[in-house]
Amino acid sequence: MKRKKLMEKGMQGVFFISALASIIAVALICIFMFARGVPAIAEIGVFDFLGGTSWKPTDVPPSFGILPMIVGSLYVTAGAILVGVPIGLLCAIFMARFCPAWLYKFLKPMVNLLAGIPSIIYGFFGVVVMVPFVREHIGGPGKSILTASLLLGIMILPTVIGISESALRAVPDMYYEGSLALGATHERTCFKVIFPAARSGVLAAVVLGIGRAIGETMAVIMIAGNQPRLTADILQGIRTMTANIVLEMGYSEGLHQEALIATGVVLFVFILILNFSLSALQNRKKEA
Amino acid sequence: MNTKIDVKNVDLFYGDFKALKNINMSFKEKEITALIGPSGCGKSTLLKSINRMNDLVEGCRVTGSITLDGKDVYKDVDVTELRKRVGMVFQKPNPFPMSIYDNVAYGPRTHGIRKKSALDELVEQSLKGAAIWDECKDRLKKSALGLSGGQQQRLCIARALAVHPEVILMDEPTSALDPISTLKIEDLMSELKEQYTVIIVTHNMQQAARISDKTAFFLLGELIEMGDTEEIFSNPKEQKTEEYITGRFG
Repeated sequence: MKRKKLMEKGMQGVFFISALASIIAVALICIFMFARGVPAIAEIGVFDFLGGTSWKPTDVPPSFGILPMIVGSLYVTAGAILVGVPIGLLCAIFMARFCPAWLYKFLKPMVNLLAGIPSIIYGFFGVVVMVPFVREHIGGPGKSILTASLLLGIMILPTVIGISESALRAVPDMYYEGSLALGATHERTCFKVIFPAARSGVLAAVVLGIGRAIGETMAVIMIAGNQPRLTADILQGIRTMTANIVLEMGYSEGLHQEALIATGVVLFVFILILNFSLSALQNRKKEA
Repeated sequence: MNTKIDVKNVDLFYGDFKALKNINMSFKEKEITALIGPSGCGKSTLLKSINRMNDLVEGCRVTGSITLDGKDVYKDVDVTELRKRVGMVFQKPNPFPMSIYDNVAYGPRTHGIRKKSALDELVEQSLKGAAIWDECKDRLKKSALGLSGGQQQRLCIARALAVHPEVILMDEPTSALDPISTLKIEDLMSELKEQYTVIIVTHNMQQAARISDKTAFFLLGELIEMGDTEEIFSNPKEQKTEEYITGRFG
């Protein structure tokens, strides 16, 4: 009896520690990021850091303006949304409401596979296939905002498809029947009743897609060109915040290194905002 | 009165299971017909084969003929046109998760009405027709899911009325509602029959007796007896009917 009770207590401790582990990890990362990054931002100056258009960390005196990288990240993320969200949502509607069972058996594992491909492989695909294609058929050097947007658009597909598909499947059949009983076609019902009924899940899918796109590093480095400059030409190269960190972390030191960590802080804040808006969306869903 | 719907030699199968056995009956225009019988007797199945909602059920097969104004609904009538003419109210209120206005306007929009003034008028007319206008005229833009269960069901009736159907099928429309909401919907039904042919499936014997002109009693997929409601309830011809309505089984 006593042994059983001891066991009970012991296991409780094990579960507690396991639960704590992830919380501690998140807390440590937050503390590290802000402790290392915030002083650097203060030293450079918030305005010069966030609003500065010139990134020359090795010049004398150096300049640490990350505006080009912020804009770069926003560009490719927006591009990925433009490419990935319409395709992903239409694909999800197809899979949830139109796809015949025999095709679904192939399609679903394919989409899942898309999620499992490492981003370096996407990067290779981008370098070998997409970059030359864009260079020859559309123009510019090939490594560009456009190319990165297209590739990221493909990379967020599984996220967008998976989540919005399950949201669409979760819409109760009674809405479907109610619409059909009014003389609506299957197609009209899907787009005018089922899709709006699933909108909070669909929004969640889009937000998570944005998170995936803005945080992507490897594939983007390989095809975005990585020039830290402000440009409005989508056929020119650009550098994202993630690329900035990875490219220079290896040899940086002193304030340069701190500035890179501070870039990470900015990225981290973007992700936090996305996460908060996601949980706000989900709370609103519960109330409805 | 004219025959609106005629059911002839109808057998219905779900896969191998024969759910309706050689049904022959007709529904008259501007009358309320109640379909009664124990669970699983096929009354809902018959209801759903009139507006072909059974098409959604995999493995469902209908033989024989069901005609609407003399046209076979499985052969001569387009299914969306059929469902426009034969509206349906479900057991569980199922307003769409959108505003009250959009719920009612959904049907007319589906059938091509775009003009705002026309839609406004239809929405008001339909909500009045379903006796719910006064309760929701100030909140037309609010979500329909904020209404009570009884209000939701009347909204669903308004939604069905908005496409100007000729027939309204009701599948146990009050079984999920409280007594007061039930009463309101029953009152509404006697108004509806001025303009529409109504067929209602109900488990509530008193309800059938109160509101219907004709009653049909089903048992195990067969139509046992059909006739004037008064006749059926006071002087049934079949023994089984009498046993059922007096509560000896069911």
